[in-house]
Amino acid sequence: MSTVSVRIPTILRTYTGGESEVKAEGATLRAVIADLEASHTGIAARILDDNGKIRRFVNVYVGDEDVRFADGLDTATPAGAQVSIIPAVAGG
Amino acid sequence: MAPTPVNDLTPAGNLGPATALVCRECGHRRELGAFYACEECFGPLEIEYDFGGLTRADIESGPANIWRYRGLLPVPANVADTPNTEPGLTRLVRADNLAEALGLQRLWVKDDSGNPTHSFKDRVVAVALAAARELGFKVLACPSTGNLANAVAAAAARAGIRSAVFVPSNLEQQKIITTAVYGGTFVTVDGNYDDVNRLASEIAGEQEDWAFVNVNVRPYYAEGSKTLGYEIAEQLGWRLPDQIVVPVASGSQLTKIDKAFQELIKLGFVEDKPYRVFGAQAEGCGPVSAAFKAGHDVVRPVKPDTIAKSLAIGNPADGPYVLDVVRRTGGAVEDVTDAQVVDGIRLLARTEGIFGETAGGVTVSVLKKLIDDGRLDPSAETVIINSGDGLKTLDAVSPVVAPSANIAPSLAAFRAAGLA
Ligand SMILES: Cc1ncc(COP(=O)(O)O)c(C=O)c1O
Ligand SMILES: [Zn+2]
Repeated sequence: MSTVSVRIPTILRTYTGGESEVKAEGATLRAVIADLEASHTGIAARILDDNGKIRRFVNVYVGDEDVRFADGLDTATPAGAQVSIIPAVAGG
Repeated sequence: MAPTPVNDLTPAGNLGPATALVCRECGHRRELGAFYACEECFGPLEIEYDFGGLTRADIESGPANIWRYRGLLPVPANVADTPNTEPGLTRLVRADNLAEALGLQRLWVKDDSGNPTHSFKDRVVAVALAAARELGFKVLACPSTGNLANAVAAAAARAGIRSAVFVPSNLEQQKIITTAVYGGTFVTVDGNYDDVNRLASEIAGEQEDWAFVNVNVRPYYAEGSKTLGYEIAEQLGWRLPDQIVVPVASGSQLTKIDKAFQELIKLGFVEDKPYRVFGAQAEGCGPVSAAFKAGHDVVRPVKPDTIAKSLAIGNPADGPYVLDVVRRTGGAVEDVTDAQVVDGIRLLARTEGIFGETAGGVTVSVLKKLIDDGRLDPSAETVIINSGDGLKTLDAVSPVVAPSANIAPSLAAFRAAGLA
């Protein structure tokens, strides 16, 4: 089992008891989100839409890589990886 | 679910005619405050208003800057009394020479290089600063492609508060200097804009009293771009143009110009008539243009590679809404090469005496391409936005422009050079 750490954006911290960073298990992003849901009920539905896809306005990173440039939910999450979930806002 | 403030600074102070925040994606509504993403679906929040009995005369009697539109913005009625950079009411230039060069009948250039830090970003920052003050933030911050960095650093200096600005380290030297000069915390980051933006989002989650204007204050900030639309209509004598071409990075400016036109129609300040909105991107960072051409309604992020660095956002948050606007109005999104960007800068300068930055070059060249392809009506009244100043992107043109000659200070030398 690979343990990763997940950075939680402010609007999801109600699900993690205010924690900004939590641990989760899983070899892919999909498995990590399932594990997050097991310990923080309701969080997966905020990240994924009704079809189980990453919501249009969420950016998810494994390390420095935007998973949309990698394999999406099938992106590998090696042990020790840093996963970040960030609302999509940009304009500069 | 209980409201989750992004900081404990809520509830909001005086935000003028603003009444609520509404999710653009799912319609979820919540009270005004320091919120920027929908707690249900992460969608962007839009501001709702009650404009009361506002009239055109109220606007016309206001100050000669964006605060004449304060009754249409999320700011207090006395906003003009606190120190700010007073942007806006830039020239709307009748561009007959450029029109003739392109085969257009009537063309205007909204020249936003005339703002205090020489780009349209002073508009959005002024509104963000006013809202941030009301929301209780202490520091004005941003990730930036360059122009926003200038605007935030200058506005914070003028307001007497701290700024914290983050930019990609490969930015134009001019934009580095024109940010650093204002003092404040200024950090160059080894990464592209999308990397810097991500970093800013993460910092915003930690630093509760930092207002990242385009991140955690974005709903308020973005409304500042509406003033471009209001000014164009007022300067045309309370009329809407038939066609408008707008540069696109995140896509916020384009969607807010459309929002402004729609508000003016609903308020009865202008005649309700069709207009078409066109978006302009560089080929080396054209994710919205690519989605438009492919018929998609989602935007696939790209890794930017263009000299139009101010537009180099590979993952544009408002991209889907740009697609909505251009499709609804019968417009398009088009992109041009870096060589065409340079040509566009030179064409605007030679024909109208306006030196735009690379974003202006993108817009002029997209205008030309749309005319050449028959997608823009040459007989319809057209407005283009020059959103920034060429003095900030000198490297784009320095290889291709130069003095006509270098001569000794004598009449003989002048004659010999054949310049008469
Ligand atoms: C000069 C200039 N024009 C246009 C834009 C695009 O603005 P937006 O991100 O609202 O699409 C930018 C922004 O980054 C800019 O600096
Ligand atoms: Zn929503």
